[in-house]
Order: sequence, then C-alpha cells, then structure tokens
Amino acid sequence: MSKLLGYFTNGLIKENPTFVLVLGTCPVLAITTTGFNGFGMGMATAIVLLLSNVMVSILKNYIPDKVRIAVFITIIATNVTVVELLMKAYTPDLYKALGIFIPLIIVNCLVLGRAEAFAQKKGVFASALDAIGMGFGFTAALTLISIVREILGNGSFFTIPILPAGAHPMLLFILPPGAFLTFGLLFLVMNTLKRKFKI
Amino acid sequence: MAKMESTLKNMVLSLSLISMAMVAGLGYVYKITKGPIEMADKQKEITAVTQVLPAFDNDPIKQKKDIEGLTFYMATKGGLPVGCAVKTFTTKGFAGRFDLMVGFKPDGSIKKIVVLDQKETPGLGAKMTEPAFTDQFKEKNIATFKLKVKKDGGQVDAISAATISSRAFCDGVQKAYDLYMKNFAKPVTAVAGVSDTTAVKGGKHE
Amino acid sequence: MDYIKIIILAIIVNNIILSQFLGICSFLGVTGKVSTAIGMGAAVTFVITLGNAITYLIQAYILVPYHVEFLQNIMFIFVVAFLVQIVEIIVKKSVPSLYQALGIYLPLITTNCATLAVALLAVQNHYNLIKSVVFAIAIGIGYTLAMVLMAGIREQMEINGYPKGMKGFPMTLVIGSLLAMAFMGFSGLVK
Repeated sequence: MSKLLGYFTNGLIKENPTFVLVLGTCPVLAITTTGFNGFGMGMATAIVLLLSNVMVSILKNYIPDKVRIAVFITIIATNVTVVELLMKAYTPDLYKALGIFIPLIIVNCLVLGRAEAFAQKKGVFASALDAIGMGFGFTAALTLISIVREILGNGSFFTIPILPAGAHPMLLFILPPGAFLTFGLLFLVMNTLKRKFKI
Repeated sequence: MAKMESTLKNMVLSLSLISMAMVAGLGYVYKITKGPIEMADKQKEITAVTQVLPAFDNDPIKQKKDIEGLTFYMATKGGLPVGCAVKTFTTKGFAGRFDLMVGFKPDGSIKKIVVLDQKETPGLGAKMTEPAFTDQFKEKNIATFKLKVKKDGGQVDAISAATISSRAFCDGVQKAYDLYMKNFAKPVTAVAGVSDTTAVKGGKHE
Repeated sequence: MDYIKIIILAIIVNNIILSQFLGICSFLGVTGKVSTAIGMGAAVTFVITLGNAITYLIQAYILVPYHVEFLQNIMFIFVVAFLVQIVEIIVKKSVPSLYQALGIYLPLITTNCATLAVALLAVQNHYNLIKSVVFAIAIGIGYTLAMVLMAGIREQMEINGYPKGMKGFPMTLVIGSLLAMAFMGFSGLVK
C-alpha cells in the first residue's frame, strides 16, 4: 500500500517533473502568463499522461522492444488529439489561450519519459498512480510559476486584481525574459530548500 | 506473459494493429466532437454580436452578409433597424492580425466595441480588450470623432507604450465604419436623430 | 518582399527559442560547449527543413483532400521521428565525434518542441511549399544563433565563476532571461 502511495507522492516533490526531472520545459516558460493558463495546461498534460500511461501499461506485453518508441508516440499523439478536440469543443477560451502548446504535449519529454521509464514496466494501477502524481506535480509547478508571474507582471491573481490602486506591475514578468527569470529563481529556491531539508 | 519478441512480423503486426486502433478511436472522438466544436464557434459569434448591439429580436447571425472580408450582422427590433454589428480586422497589430466586433447604431455612431482574437503583448497591447480603452469609443460618431491616436492628430487616447496596437485598433474600426457607411447607413447630419425620426414616422417596415 | 519578412521574423524578431519558447530542453541541456551547440543547430535545421517539405505535402495532398485533418498530429510526428532516425544514422557514419558529443540529445530532436512546432506553424500560416521550407531554414538559423549565444556565454561563465547555488539550470535560465531581454529589442523591426 505504501509502495503504491509512494508512486503517487514521487511525482509531487521528490521527482517533480519541472524542478527535479526538468522535463517538458517549453510550456513552463511559454504558457505561465496567467494562473488559469498554467493550471489548464497542467491539467491537459496530466490527462494525456494518465491516458498514455494506462494504455502503455495495458499493452506492454504486446509491444516489441524495437518499435516501442514508435508505438508510444502513436498512443500519445492520439491521446493528445483527443484532448485537443475535447478542449476545442468544451473549453474554447482555454484552447485559444494555450494554442500550439496543446499539440506540443505530444513531444513533452515528461509524457514519453514516463511511458518509457515506468508504464512499460509496471502494472496498470501503479502506472495510473505515477501519472496522477506526475500530473499533479507538473500542474503544481506550472501554477506556481504562473501565480508568481501574474502577480508580479499583471498585478492580478487568477484575473482578480490585487494591487493597490495606482500601483504598476512589473511588466517584465509577463514577457519572455520574465519567464526565464521566474523559472530560474524558483529553481534556485527549490534547490536551496531541497538541500536544507535533505529531500 | 513475457514481452513480445522483436521479430519483424511481430513489430509490423503490433505497430499496425495499435495504430489502426488509435486512428479508429480518434476518428470516433472526432465525429462526436464535431457538433460541439461548431456550437462553440457559433456561441462565440452570438456572444460577440449580442454584446455590441442594443436589444434586437431578429437573427443577425442567420442574415449575416460578407462584404470585402468583413461580416455585417444587421439587427432589427419590431422590424426597425436598431444597429449593425461588424466583424472587422486589422493586420497592423504588433503581433499581426487581430479581429474586432464593432456595434454601430443606425446613424453610424458606435455602441460598443469588443476585441475578438488577438495576440498582442500581454500588459501592453492586450490592454485594448479592457473597458478602460474601449469605453472611450462609446457613443462616438466617426463623422465627427477623429479616429486616430492623439499622437497622429486624432482624439483617441492610445494605451501608454502600445501605440502600434492602438493605431491598429483604430484601423480596424475605420475599416468597419467605411464599409458600413458605404453599404448600409446614412451618416448623421447636423440635425441629430434625423434617421431615427424618419424610422419612427415610417411606422412599419418590411 | 514576403520572404525577407519571413526570414527576419523567424531569425530575430520571433526567435524560436528566445521569444517563442520552443526547443527549451535542448537550449538548457546542450549548450555547454559552442561546438556541440553548432552541431545540434545544424542537425535540427536539417531535420526541420526536410520535415516542413514533407509535412506540407502530407497536409496538401492527404490530410485536406480526404478531410482527415485530425490525423495531422499523428502523421506529422511520424515524419519527424522518421527523419531523426535517418539523421542519426548519417551522423553516426560521417561525424562520429559529433554523434558522441550530442549523445542522447540527437534522438531527442524528435521530442524537441521546435521540430513539430515549425511544421504546425507553417500550416497555420498557410505557407506554400517554398515559403514553408524558407521558414524552416530561417527558424533553424535562429535556433542555432540562440544556441551558440548561450553556449558562448556559458563557456565564459565557467572560466569566470559564479555562486554555487546557481550551478546548472538556475544560471542557464538567468542567462536565458538576459538573452531574451536583448532580443526583445528587435520587436517592431518588421511591420
């Protein structure tokens, strides 16, 4: 039981996709301009991750080793397209905001990485937990970075303005340099915390 | 059961069968989301048109007209024209093209403008979606209101540090106004409300 | 001329790494040395140029006529994977030192966001075949430019030294921030 729970909590902190594994960094920089975008992107990726991990785990004995990457990519690409179509139909505003980064979930190293490192070796339930844990970890990281960038760069929290009237936000944080900077500085914070608490 | 061996037959079989299953599943999802996707697009159109027009009781979407790349949605109430929503665009934005929905009253004055699709810089040009910028156009008639940014000798308050986006915005609205005037409306003359009174006098239309 | 506009936009105004955030994993991971960065840039440019040509043909002659646009993602990524496999074989045979230096990052060109994105962007912008290929080459040049700039700075930083906590990703990200800021100066270059 604790082993299974371990698979879930692993993705949250110990092997957090963004701050530890450093996988799937493109959306981290590009999409984190508002809290909703960061959260939405994280959830979309998490859903793809869950579907893919489960499918790969179910089919793992029917995938010969030499074609495994090709098969993984096929499965992942299909899942991403499914999520893309669903978003286009039911969350059109988020779909527009995330734009080209939705199909780019296909090449998110995290998704392919978990299929390769975990789902093709472990059982379905464990793979599902791994996906959910990693998905949560990724969403948490994206949302955190988005919150920082949105507060500093736009003076709002999930579009609710929180700056005192007349105060001007630091626009830089919404723009590309701010993305690099926020990620870099949060990285530094995470590294320091890890060293201090020996995680 | 151990993993399948990597023989040529197995590899081809596995890849083909799985691919076919994936494509089939995808085709199915495509089919069932087609309707909702069209609905979502339509809903956006309806929302935008309704936002910029006064109350109406016809179906402007059904009766929309496309002229020179812009789309015109005539709105009537009780048979009388109450306004026209114009979907316009400009390619002079900082990040390229963006679309606007401008709501005109029958005399050519602006009821409201909403920005549709835009990719301007967040915090700068993107501020043009906010009422702080768009509200200044309400009730203005282009015949008397200089539709250029103050820097260019006009009366429009540009967004600070986003002159290009502001200029492009004016460009889009100007396009809409010019084509609207050319094809649909009579510009307001010195006597305000002339068009309205003729409409009322006329009684029933169509 | 349209082509000049596409080229300038792709290389400096909308640099694929510094303003569009595509190809970040390689930007952070393969920029330890200038020579590796150049090699990576060349390999990526080759893949995306051929890739855009092939994906254009697929889009124009298969996806649109048969109304199966929803298969775009699957087919495009297959093209990319296939091309990368070929490039891997070529590089292994002709420049084995580069093959060693790039290591796992060569097959990772398949999962490089820039590769798939360039193909999708060309379709989104409705480029014809020639524009699509020119676009790809320009993106490749911009990619290589950003990679080399980063590698050059990082090589120098190793000599100069910096705070221990910044080692690795934090340092690279801060440098990236400064490069992105510099490149922002190019916005508005092309109307």
